[in-house]
Amino acid sequence: MSMVDNKGLAGEVVETIAAWMLGLLWMLPLLFAIWTAIHPSAYVAKFDLLAPITAQNFVTAWEAAPFARYFLNTMLLVTGILLAQFVLCTLAAFAFARFEFKGRDTLFMLVLVQLMVAPDVLLLENYITIRQLGLVDTLPAIALPYLASAFGIFLLRQTFKAIPKDFEEAARVEGCSTLGVLWRVYVPLGKPIYLAYGLVLVSFHWNNFLWPLIITNSVTTRPLTVGLAIFASVDQGIDWSIICAATLMTSGPLLIAFLLFQRQFVQSFMQTGIK
Amino acid sequence: MYFPVAVGGPVTKIIDDYAAGFEKENPGIKIKPIYAGDYQQTVAKVLTAIKGGDIPETAILLAADLFLLTDEDAVVPMDDFVKTADDTAWMNTFYPAFMENAKLKGKTYAIPFQRSTPVLYWNKDAFKAAGLNPEKGPATWAEMRDMAKKLTKKDASGATTQWGVQIPSDGNTAWLFTGITTGAGARLTNADGNKVAFDDPKVIESVQSWYNLSKVDGVQPSGLISWGATPRDFLEGKAAMIWHTTGNLTNIKTNAKFGFGVSYLPGIRQNGAPTGGGNFYIFKGVPKVKQEAAFKFIKWMTTPARAAEWSVKTGYVATSAAAYDTPEMKAYTASFPQAIVARDQLKFAVSELTTHENQRVSKVFNDALQAIMTGSRPAEAALKDAQREGERILKDFK
Amino acid sequence: MTGTRNTVHAWLLVLPACVLLAAFTHIPIIGTFIHSFYSSPKPRRPSRFVGFDNYEAMLGDPIFWKSLWNNLLYAGVSVPVSIALALAMALFVNGKLRGQGALRLAYFTPTVLPMIAVANIWLFFYNPQYGLIDQLLKPFGVIGVNWLGSQGTALWCLIVVGIWKEAGFFMIFYLAALQQISTELRECAAIEGASRWTFFWRVSFPLLMPTTLFVMINAVINAFRLVDHIFVMTGGGPDNATSVLLYQIYVVGFKFFDQAYAATLTMVLLLILGVIAIGQFLLADKRVHYQ
Repeated sequence: MSMVDNKGLAGEVVETIAAWMLGLLWMLPLLFAIWTAIHPSAYVAKFDLLAPITAQNFVTAWEAAPFARYFLNTMLLVTGILLAQFVLCTLAAFAFARFEFKGRDTLFMLVLVQLMVAPDVLLLENYITIRQLGLVDTLPAIALPYLASAFGIFLLRQTFKAIPKDFEEAARVEGCSTLGVLWRVYVPLGKPIYLAYGLVLVSFHWNNFLWPLIITNSVTTRPLTVGLAIFASVDQGIDWSIICAATLMTSGPLLIAFLLFQRQFVQSFMQTGIK
Repeated sequence: MYFPVAVGGPVTKIIDDYAAGFEKENPGIKIKPIYAGDYQQTVAKVLTAIKGGDIPETAILLAADLFLLTDEDAVVPMDDFVKTADDTAWMNTFYPAFMENAKLKGKTYAIPFQRSTPVLYWNKDAFKAAGLNPEKGPATWAEMRDMAKKLTKKDASGATTQWGVQIPSDGNTAWLFTGITTGAGARLTNADGNKVAFDDPKVIESVQSWYNLSKVDGVQPSGLISWGATPRDFLEGKAAMIWHTTGNLTNIKTNAKFGFGVSYLPGIRQNGAPTGGGNFYIFKGVPKVKQEAAFKFIKWMTTPARAAEWSVKTGYVATSAAAYDTPEMKAYTASFPQAIVARDQLKFAVSELTTHENQRVSKVFNDALQAIMTGSRPAEAALKDAQREGERILKDFK
Repeated sequence: MTGTRNTVHAWLLVLPACVLLAAFTHIPIIGTFIHSFYSSPKPRRPSRFVGFDNYEAMLGDPIFWKSLWNNLLYAGVSVPVSIALALAMALFVNGKLRGQGALRLAYFTPTVLPMIAVANIWLFFYNPQYGLIDQLLKPFGVIGVNWLGSQGTALWCLIVVGIWKEAGFFMIFYLAALQQISTELRECAAIEGASRWTFFWRVSFPLLMPTTLFVMINAVINAFRLVDHIFVMTGGGPDNATSVLLYQIYVVGFKFFDQAYAATLTMVLLLILGVIAIGQFLLADKRVHYQ
């Protein structure tokens, strides 16, 4: 690729430096967290390269709060939401993309309301609803407001719309029912979208805080984010070494998953054709 | 019975052990502690549970939530369960300072369990370096200010490397501030919790003196001082004296690389300190037999021996004089005399700000204090506005 | 596909999603509206109709106005800056820069970390005595600024954290879009002697409009929705300098247990989101170029 570049080599160097500085800046908090977590608390503010390395912070953090249980809660929660959303959003998106029915467009506009008005904004009302259902402090309660996602429906509808009708026709000719067509034609072709969306979803719900905070009360339902917040708000003052260790523990899985899947992640985004 | 407790971390194990111990001695009663988070979340959980019909038998909630709970008609007085002379004696063993915001209209609604009070910590090495006697902390506010002047050190570029004193002002500013106002001889509220005196001249004087520590005397950082970061600031040697909860004693003892002293909060005119922390409550709407079981549990949890053990393990102040007379406590305080300071300070302690609509009233007060401490509003005007707002919130409770 | 069976099938397909959406979005919106005209239920005084009283109280509440202003400032700054940064990041990573992969990782990392966790780290950074920012700025003569404890700087500090968290996420969308701009276009422009900069402004940027719109919607939503760092770093202080609408709704609803006032505040938030939605919709109609 040859391009007339008025800036020349100097410009490229400047750009490289700028990009790298930004990158370093962006990584600073994580690097600090790692530094602080592996050194004793005396070295929180002293960046002495010869400081002793210890795993004690992780041990203390792990024992100080039931993180194992929090992990379990978060994994169950995220998995549940992932599965439910895939099913519900796929069905709805299929209907919006491929069916003609009265009120379809109005209904779709109504669905899109949730794009702007996240369940978090309606904290109080949703809390009252959950309380009336008798579900306060349960894992399903955390998930319920998010099970149907306007974003998911929107994305999948777009994907399905882009799939040529010939594929569907072919499947129908072979005697596929509506759901069969969905399952055999549309879903497989939408794989990259599912992957990209799934990753975004997992990340979002793993890190979600406010709604789980108000809807959970006990160790058996509390996800990692709320557990971490409670854990960190100690009367005795902040112990950064332990908090950083806990932070790394709670965001570790997600970080590692991203490290492993980042190629696929970016690729799938590129294939989604979000324009 | 299930019982929500506002504690977290390793302390939960101690509570679990207590629950198990009680169950062993009292077969037939099951105790299930629930850790809902901090005081805020715990009381929210309790109120939600009550509204949903799932009422706990007992809970450890903020002493300052007294009016919240009685206004919601959620709790029953302990007096209903006092039957024997022993019971009466037991109810009277607790320090009066802790009982102040446990009583309403002659009835006792709460029993102290995990109570705290703030103290002044000082860095003995820093004192020595500044030419001060390392074994004596400041006895009065003026002395603290003067000592702080000697303790504040700057480096070549003019940056302060060590501040003389740090009194945290973020979050629940009113708590430590009550230490200053009580030391000035002011009372912020009344026993019935329906009056406030935010614009009392002594209160204005208190906040002005506090603000002056930064603005005029230059011995305290300006702006809001972080409660959470202050212990670390002390350990790093960035602050030579700090005000903080006695609950920090163990943390500082473990991590300080220097000798440190603990003293009463130095007052403008007299000694004074707020109390803080949580009490046991018994809830309404639960069968009488369960309430009796809860009462039994509360008595069991607050025996002098247990109160002593709890205090040693957690750093909270033991709730009765009898607790300090136990052999365990005597041994502990002999080896660690700093632990006695908080107890001795109790004779000057008053309850923290406890009123109807406590959260709202506290917020109004805290906002005003924070505005003053960040220099964005003058003391008198801000406190007068806070007083007016406080009166407006409380007018329905006269 | 036959007509009625078609319709029935369609409705069955959308039903589950729509029921949930109705239950947790649409009905609560109506509920909020209704509750804002009643008083909060108390044990000795059940909820009763109060007309516009709650709204009057709100309009007279300085904390409301402060929260509103803070929110608008927060959104007004963080949205354009994070979008601009995201675009810059995408351009950096899309080019032939050295260490692309690592850079992409660096930019995206904040997105996968929970805000509630990183807020504690930022708390350290902003510590006025030995925090990282203080240590970095000392040689420049900026000493001992109480970043989070001063009314003038606290909100800006939170804005920085917000931008840091979000920019990397938006970068991915831009990256995907950039890669779709056909290389032929680029080569044509090169042949015609257009500089990279001209190419960017005249070709890439307009083609990126749909992405920009999409990203902007997300950015705005998050600017009003993400309050986790306020919990950890400032608690809304000093003196409400960092209080925003959703945080205030939490405080009023779950600390004061004042249902009516929380509903009233929520109505304002909903109104703002609604206006922005309509605004973006109209903008979309006018400015978007589709390839």
